[in-house]
Amino acid sequence: MTYITKPVNHHPRLKINKLGLTRRDYEGPVSTLCAGCGHDSISAAIVEACFQLNIAAHQVAKLSGIGCSSKTPGYFLKQSHGFNSVHGRMPSIATGANLANHELTYLGVSGDGDTASIGMGQFVHAVRRQLNVVYIIENNGTYGLTKGQFSATSDIESKSKYGEDNLFPAIDLAGMAIHLGASFVARSFSGDKEQLVPLMKAALSHKGFSLIDVISPCVTFNNHKNSTKSYDYIREHNDSVASMTDFIPIGNTITGSYKQGKNLDIPLHDGSILSLQKISKNYNPENKIEAIKKIQQSEQQGKVLTGLLYINPKAKDLKETLDIVDTPLNKLVEKDLCPGKEKINQINSSLK
Amino acid sequence: MDTKYLFKRHNTWWVKVAVPRTLKKELGFDLRESLKTHDLNEAQKLRWPIVDQFKSKINIARARLENKNLETKSLINAATHNHMPVTDTSDPQYYHKVVDCQYACPAHTPVPEYIRQISQGNYADAYMINWDSNVFPGILGRTCDRPCEPACRRTRTHEKPVAICRLKRVAYDHKGDIRDRLPKAPKKNGKKIALIGAGPASLTVARDLVTLGYELVLFEKDPQAGGLMRTNIPAFRLPVEVLDEEVNQIINLGVETRFNSEIKSMKSLLEEDFDAIFVGTGAPKGRDLFIDSREEGKKNIHIGIDWLTSIAFEHTTSIGKKVIVLGGGNTAMDCCRSSLRLGAEDVKVIVRSPFEDMKASEWEIEDAMEERIPIIDNHVPKKFLLKKGKLVGMEFEKVKPEYDKNGKRSLIPTGENPIIMECDDVLVAIGQYNAYQWIERDIGIEFGEWDMPVVDKTTFQSTHKKIFFGGDAAWGPENIIWAVAHGHQAAISIDKLCKGEDLTNRPDPMTNLVSQKMGVHEWSYDNDISQDKRFLVPHADQKVSLKNLKVEVELGYDEKLAFEEAQRCLNCDVQTVFTESKCIECDACVDICPTDTINFIANDSEEELRKKLRIPAINKDQDLLVSEQLATKRVMVKDEDMCVHCGLCAERCPTAAWDMQTFLYEESRTYSNCTSMDIKNNQPKYA
Repeated sequence: MTYITKPVNHHPRLKINKLGLTRRDYEGPVSTLCAGCGHDSISAAIVEACFQLNIAAHQVAKLSGIGCSSKTPGYFLKQSHGFNSVHGRMPSIATGANLANHELTYLGVSGDGDTASIGMGQFVHAVRRQLNVVYIIENNGTYGLTKGQFSATSDIESKSKYGEDNLFPAIDLAGMAIHLGASFVARSFSGDKEQLVPLMKAALSHKGFSLIDVISPCVTFNNHKNSTKSYDYIREHNDSVASMTDFIPIGNTITGSYKQGKNLDIPLHDGSILSLQKISKNYNPENKIEAIKKIQQSEQQGKVLTGLLYINPKAKDLKETLDIVDTPLNKLVEKDLCPGKEKINQINSSLK
Repeated sequence: MDTKYLFKRHNTWWVKVAVPRTLKKELGFDLRESLKTHDLNEAQKLRWPIVDQFKSKINIARARLENKNLETKSLINAATHNHMPVTDTSDPQYYHKVVDCQYACPAHTPVPEYIRQISQGNYADAYMINWDSNVFPGILGRTCDRPCEPACRRTRTHEKPVAICRLKRVAYDHKGDIRDRLPKAPKKNGKKIALIGAGPASLTVARDLVTLGYELVLFEKDPQAGGLMRTNIPAFRLPVEVLDEEVNQIINLGVETRFNSEIKSMKSLLEEDFDAIFVGTGAPKGRDLFIDSREEGKKNIHIGIDWLTSIAFEHTTSIGKKVIVLGGGNTAMDCCRSSLRLGAEDVKVIVRSPFEDMKASEWEIEDAMEERIPIIDNHVPKKFLLKKGKLVGMEFEKVKPEYDKNGKRSLIPTGENPIIMECDDVLVAIGQYNAYQWIERDIGIEFGEWDMPVVDKTTFQSTHKKIFFGGDAAWGPENIIWAVAHGHQAAISIDKLCKGEDLTNRPDPMTNLVSQKMGVHEWSYDNDISQDKRFLVPHADQKVSLKNLKVEVELGYDEKLAFEEAQRCLNCDVQTVFTESKCIECDACVDICPTDTINFIANDSEEELRKKLRIPAINKDQDLLVSEQLATKRVMVKDEDMCVHCGLCAERCPTAAWDMQTFLYEESRTYSNCTSMDIKNNQPKYA
């Protein structure tokens, strides 16, 4: 573990965003995870995405459960709200918080154990309800915190660090989320920030349940030769749906280099655009059936499909479905909640 | 103790010669052989044939490799002309350049190394590291022009540099008794060298050669040694005791001195039996100002450096009440401050140029201003004013600077009425120059531009093979630290001349690179960067210091302040060393680097690569560290310019592909007390 704090000294030519902040202002304390953990790269991608989107850190709530992944909110966005919940119960906390104040940006950080095992029941309902949250799964296919047992997302052909065989097939959380009605589903790799950061920016701009399943090698227990979630394995088997993913913020026009035909530009609800360049032949991420088919095909070919897998920019989120007032519930005062005797009488008489 | 190429193992001395990185596959990390002796003196004698044998082995291997490379290189070059080659960190200058302070220092003193010794309280070690390299730590710690400080890496992240100079002074002030660490002159080797002028350049040559057995004769026109350090630097900046100690330290090694003996003819000196002559006579003439009434007022018009000399030898003890000092250099600052202490009540410095263009060091100007001496700029002296034959004032013309396209300045009169200033005395401190009327022009020394001798920039040899020049005597006024650097080089040349070797074949510097890893995340250097601001050096009370020429103004850091200031050093000599084969490209180093220096990108030409980095590298004075191609076909590129050497890349690296390794660079000298040696235990410090 690193005992010193990261020096405040920074590059004098560090970029400044619209809020007058540098990327360094979005960081947190130095991580206590193992050196080289994929999770730390994901934290760095979150920092970069929030910086680039000019998000005010105090407008973000970081929520997590238990596990290595769930420790990471301690290491980024130090000025944000945070809640480290019971194991696998992050979706409940996220739902409650979201209903109480829908104006914040919700960032749920979970792992394969926290989501695919103990938290599966919570996870599926949050997806089903289209809770407006960016749900990041830091998926390393192992229980790193308890010394490397198989998790529910370990591929069947994968072996443990100690050589045991895996007896059960993996749960594909991305495919499942599409099935259950998530409106933004992507898969990425912690070692590929060029893809991960734009996806994260798109997810943060998307309304509804956004899932990013990030394969994040466990450098201590699952980065060996027989692992299917090692740095080397993912680099070798990475099959990206597009050669380049780009996020174009609101108001920026698409430049000439984005040629039509091979590229696909998806407008998001807030006016920004997610641009996929040189997209795979006959692939349409706005078509649910094709997306599921493509995922299955890749899996059969022994590849890991990454990039934006499915999106429905027009889907309704939980707030719209429940038709909740625009004022956040935590801001409603007695006057709003108790309209008075006269109003009650009015309502009553209308029902007579 | 000279242990170059030697190391001790189980009490037996071995020879070790490092192998360049490119040849490691073929020859291993280093070539070594036991000398089968416990006796250092014997080992010192035995080593050379083996060292030569090893060096020729390396040279042969290098030649073979280069031949092979030439063929493949032309093929590769054609295919990769727009790719940056892998950085050759075995080039001693690569990492040396990263240690900005040491690189900027003319004598290349290993600054971070001695600062670490100070922070550990090893003042004597810190002193000896300095003494080896710059010969006058106590003097330079008070008077150096500090080229190291503007170079300090701290300034890159918008902070003031580490007070390197004043930490050097700490090493002197707290060193205790170091007499037993000083070398003793060996038996004389029969060669005799004359040194003309007992300033820093000559004294450095003396130190470097007397320890090799040369017989040295030092000629000085003044009654004491020290040169400008004694005559031109006032005692309130450099106490006489400090000067005497460090000058006598060298003379007492066995240098023969001939004081009060000015050399009047080079020709007759050449007729004596000297094997070589070193000229270190400085730039002893002060420029004069020939304007109206100069001659008539001469009783009260003094040349700055001559006036300072007469104070140093106590011939001058007073000055008029109103003093005008002309000039904007360090001599002017010393003149005005000395005048105050001799009883002047109204002292003004008048400068022709704008304030910003003044030649004096920033801190010297600050010190003068702190003593409430006004500095009036843009005033050109026109004439001296006399009344009844006595100087009463000066007339000036007001000007304003104008700069042309090329930045060349001209001073344009503003047309205002001339300005009259009253004064009793004027000190002219407008520059210095050399004068060689004592060198006959028919003895084989060629003279060139400005009537200066032609001196080789590397060997310091004049066109007469036995005569060498150094310090201000070589190319005009510079600073003490330059004189020291010249002295070292001249000593190498003189040694080579006496041995009958080729002077242009200069010895390589000694380098050493050793890992600082002690535990998983523990280093043998303090990598937690201090966020303190530069600490001010305490000053003596002006009520006392302004009344006495001999009271030192700066009091120096005490041990606590010295420690705190030493902690501000970023340890730039602890290098980030990258091993491609270990890297798994996890990005951990990219994410943790506080200054965004690390990149994993596709290779390209240097120009393109500099633009494409996370933050473009615009300072071309600093190199890019480029790795071999990695598994993903990318390369690791690190911008050395902004690295703060915090070691976090190495701490967060899961495979130790990054390591923090201390790089020691010792400029070659004929004398080495072995900075790299643990003096107490007779062992290399970092082995």
